Amino acid sequence: MNGFPILSLMLAVPLVAAIACLFADAKGARWVALAATLVDFVLGIILWTHFEVGGAQWQFQESVPLFAGFKWALGIDGIALTLIGLSVLLMPICIGASWHAIEKRVPEYMAAFLLIETLMIGVFTAQDIFLFYIMFEAGLIPMYLIIGIWGGADRIYASYKFFLYTLLGSVLMLIAMMWMVNEAGTTDVPTLMAYNFPVAAQKWLWLAFFASFAVKMPMWPVHTWLPDAHVQAPTAGSVILAGVLLKMGGYGFIRFSLPMFPEASAYFAPLIWGLSIVAVVYTSLVALVQTDMKKLIAYSSVAHMAIVTVGLFAFNQQGLEGSIAVMLAHGLVSGALFLCVGVIYDRLHTREIARYGGLSINMPKYSLFFMFFTMASVGLPGTANFVGEFLSLAGIYQASSWIALISTTGIILGAAYMLYLYRRVAFGEQKNADAAAMPDIDAREWLLLAPLAALTLWMGVYPETFMAPVHADVAHLDARLAQAKPKGDAQVTAGHPEAKAEEAHAQGSAE
Amino acid sequence: MHPILFIVFVPLLAAAIAGLGNKALGKIPAKVITTGGLFLSCALSWPIFLSFLGGHAEPSVTPVLNWVQSGGLQFNWELRVDTLTAVMLVVITSVSSLVHLYSWGYMDEEPDQPRFFAYLSLFTFAMLMLVTANNLVQMFFGWEGVGLASYLLIGFWFRKPSAGAAAIKAFVVNRVGDLGFMMGIFGVFLVFKTVSIPEILAHAHDYAGSTIGFLGYRVDTLTVLCLLLFIGAMGKSAQLGLHTWLPDAMEGPTPVSALIHAATMVTAGVFMVCRLSPLFVESETALHVVTFVGAATCFFAATIGTTQWDIKRVIAYSTCSQLGYMFFAAGVGAFGPAMFHLFTHAFFKALLFLGAGSVIHAMHHEQDMRYYGGLWKKIPWTFAAMMAGTLAITGVGLEEIGGFAGFYSKDAIIEAAYAKGTGLGHFAAWMGIIAALLTSFYSWRLVFLTFFGKPRWNQSEHIQHAVHDAHGHDDHGHDHAHGHDDHHAHGHKHDDDGTAGYHPHESPLVMMIPLAILSFGAVFAGAIFHHAFTGIEGAPEFWRGALVFNHELAEAAEHLPESIKLAPFIVMLIGAITAWVCYLKVPSIPAAFVKAFKPLHTFVYNKWFFDELYDFLFVRTAFALGKIFWKSDKAVIDGLGPDGAAWVVAKGSVGARKVQSGFLTSYALWMLVGLVAAVTWVLKH
Repeated sequence: MNGFPILSLMLAVPLVAAIACLFADAKGARWVALAATLVDFVLGIILWTHFEVGGAQWQFQESVPLFAGFKWALGIDGIALTLIGLSVLLMPICIGASWHAIEKRVPEYMAAFLLIETLMIGVFTAQDIFLFYIMFEAGLIPMYLIIGIWGGADRIYASYKFFLYTLLGSVLMLIAMMWMVNEAGTTDVPTLMAYNFPVAAQKWLWLAFFASFAVKMPMWPVHTWLPDAHVQAPTAGSVILAGVLLKMGGYGFIRFSLPMFPEASAYFAPLIWGLSIVAVVYTSLVALVQTDMKKLIAYSSVAHMAIVTVGLFAFNQQGLEGSIAVMLAHGLVSGALFLCVGVIYDRLHTREIARYGGLSINMPKYSLFFMFFTMASVGLPGTANFVGEFLSLAGIYQASSWIALISTTGIILGAAYMLYLYRRVAFGEQKNADAAAMPDIDAREWLLLAPLAALTLWMGVYPETFMAPVHADVAHLDARLAQAKPKGDAQVTAGHPEAKAEEAHAQGSAE
Repeated sequence: MHPILFIVFVPLLAAAIAGLGNKALGKIPAKVITTGGLFLSCALSWPIFLSFLGGHAEPSVTPVLNWVQSGGLQFNWELRVDTLTAVMLVVITSVSSLVHLYSWGYMDEEPDQPRFFAYLSLFTFAMLMLVTANNLVQMFFGWEGVGLASYLLIGFWFRKPSAGAAAIKAFVVNRVGDLGFMMGIFGVFLVFKTVSIPEILAHAHDYAGSTIGFLGYRVDTLTVLCLLLFIGAMGKSAQLGLHTWLPDAMEGPTPVSALIHAATMVTAGVFMVCRLSPLFVESETALHVVTFVGAATCFFAATIGTTQWDIKRVIAYSTCSQLGYMFFAAGVGAFGPAMFHLFTHAFFKALLFLGAGSVIHAMHHEQDMRYYGGLWKKIPWTFAAMMAGTLAITGVGLEEIGGFAGFYSKDAIIEAAYAKGTGLGHFAAWMGIIAALLTSFYSWRLVFLTFFGKPRWNQSEHIQHAVHDAHGHDDHGHDHAHGHDDHHAHGHKHDDDGTAGYHPHESPLVMMIPLAILSFGAVFAGAIFHHAFTGIEGAPEFWRGALVFNHELAEAAEHLPESIKLAPFIVMLIGAITAWVCYLKVPSIPAAFVKAFKPLHTFVYNKWFFDELYDFLFVRTAFALGKIFWKSDKAVIDGLGPDGAAWVVAKGSVGARKVQSGFLTSYALWMLVGLVAAVTWVLKH
């Protein structure tokens, strides 16, 4: 792999295919998009197998100076690798999910999706801070178009809300980036990650980045764009939104906020904790009362992402690795849940939970998949989500038992809203004749869901396959954070085994 | 390869084949594979148990696969086998294989059999993972796995709304316990830097008397860890406060109740406390809590058991009560007797449930005992099995002569509690004795109402159905696959004798064989094994450190006054006689009693109003809050945020309209231009 610009190639393939799509008809565009995303998936596997675990922190680096101080600088570490893996896995599934569901302006739709892929991979590979910024912000545009053109009835409002929210944060981030580059004299991300900014400045910079990442995450209370965006987006749009775009916020915290501003991160950790525990309880309860399937899953995403943020700001290896695992697991499982919603939406064209019921009878295969992903979302051990949630929560417990306790209530509330959803959709009598007449999943739908199920189980039983690349990077980050690490509230004092033993001895002889 | 690998993974494989193969595989192959797999596991488990019983087996740990490594937190898939595990292995695989067999008959006319058998085998796998765990996280895996299987099986007849509701309730209430369990694991990792059970137990003593910060307070380290873990045990074992799911779980098919909600899963909490006994004995406070909760549950559940009419609910509350015995035994430090009661209880309670299933089968899925009566002549073998179970649970026996299984284990518990000598120990012992009285009363009440007296079948809608509408199968979600309708209806002329012309039939052989084997266990398990489980000489040799065996306590229990030793026997007789008087001799007494003590009866009959209280406190509150929060999302957050901004923009300029009308793509270009300019400026300065 030496010197071969595989990352540039992975960016170029979907971009070229996107342009090709614009000149193709509907059928051609579908096949071009599928082929391009599969090629990128294969490239992703090659990338993964050639990534040297325990090797250099930054691998596959490329750097070409462009105009005006810009650099085309790419490179990945293990954390980026896992998220790239998730992106290239979900893309062909998204194309497959759109195969019949999208009939309007197919070439443009496929082009938009392929453009998203380029930009997503760009976000995770960019090593120049401004290149990152462009990728990060430009990713909004195709998503905005997908919601705004191929979305549901209220798509204009939803896309506008989505755009306004995410734009707001990014302006502040850009200003902060310019200040940092000016101060440190470099746009190189790895250099900036090791640069010690003055603590006073860190706080302002941290807040500026926070404004952007909190919206992307999304954290309470800037989450309200997400349910609307999900509800209006087509199925594949929801899959990619929940699967990858939400992970950009978490990635941003890991790549920028934590390593670049460790003291400020520690200073603001209680803010993050507070917002996160509110999110866990608040959005879980909101999810409980939803009557729209997509909204329910969207709110559950906010609750899950709150587990990511508490883990990230736990300042220890378990918390950080757990957060990465939750991001990956949530990418698989919430993507799959949106696919599950899409399967029945394609048949009945409603997201209203009450319109379904008793699907276990006429759609047993579908119900099995749906049950599996429901249980995964609930964090059942043996699924990917458990590994992540367990580590994140174990991490935060070391920082604060209160935050751990309230965050862990998510496992109760999560079970309540997901099982309540499942019961209303798959259990009970078939009270709606049209829902009862729906056929079970076909081969195409099986092919979309089965790989996600297999990976969810694999990652739950043997997560090391997926987590091995991140250990070293997380250890680096943990070491960088050590200087600022907040003291946990659970300091154990030494025990008094001798005193107790003597006491027992005294009693024994007295008898 | 260690046989434990087969014992644990054969049921998983069988579940996967039967579950994924489902209809394509067909009923018979699915049943053969799952049942065969379980009998194989069972056949491999008994030699392990016997080798521990013979004292010539060493504890072993068989590694399977790495699981999680994250910094200092590492845990793997491993199968531990020691005495404690061996006991659980035979309990689980024996009851499970018998329940599989029984289900051939009981579920015979159910169209969805492969799914049912797959769930049963999946449950068995998870339970085996739980008891073979060498670290707390694998135990939690099994813990949640049995929870999943329980959820699926309670909701097996998913068309019934009540089954769906009961399934969710079971899962969510258990999750409340799991919250404690998870917090406990986090705390254990924080303190011990490991989640490996043997390492924790080895170092437990080092932390005795240390303190830890928890929720802003400084508390005794081991107390808080034990109590957190115990909350998990309370959930799974349906102890007071977290018990509400267990009676509702009777919505599941009866074989499920026998396997999961009587013999195995619900005892997981007791198993956990015994497994971690070296940790628990380091915290006196934690043991006090365990004792108190156990004793309270033991009494509380028994009171409810005396008032219920549904045959399965009576046995369910009985289970809850018997689990209370096990917990207060553990609480006073009598871990051997606790495990012994778990062991004997598994046999006689599975027997009672399967016997009840046989009655329900014969009575065309009528479960209300008010509509039973006089059945002993009609189904004599079922009656014999139920008698064996009743004699075992009520603890019939005398020290000099010997007795049924429950006699040995229950008396050992009451004696140990009394021998503890503390106030709490005496309280527990008296609660145990009162509960023994109630146990005897409700158990004999069940027998008398069901098997003796005059038939009262004509009042039952189910029986009416069977007689009048012999071929109408509209009862899909009933607890039972439809019985032999065509044999039952023989005209309508016998209405006056209470039978409504209905003829109950004895269950088929596949159902009677498990009853016979379990009856054998219920009669003899106590006499055969009490020496090994609880004997002063036998027990240390048998357990060999797998749990803490309190030698002094066992010694003291031997030398109790005769009155205490006889008390359980005497109250057992009182309970039986009272039941006989109330339900056979003078059947007007119960109604008169209810009338005289109306408020008390209402309180107890309605299960102390726990469901209503929880519904009000938690369920309604959660939904109400959810609605309020949802509204605030729209009104407050969006109002101040994007909608407010939109209003401002719409008032102030027309620019926003441009943004919305498709010129947005130019945003990218402007952004790029602006960025280049800004960055150039920054880099130049």
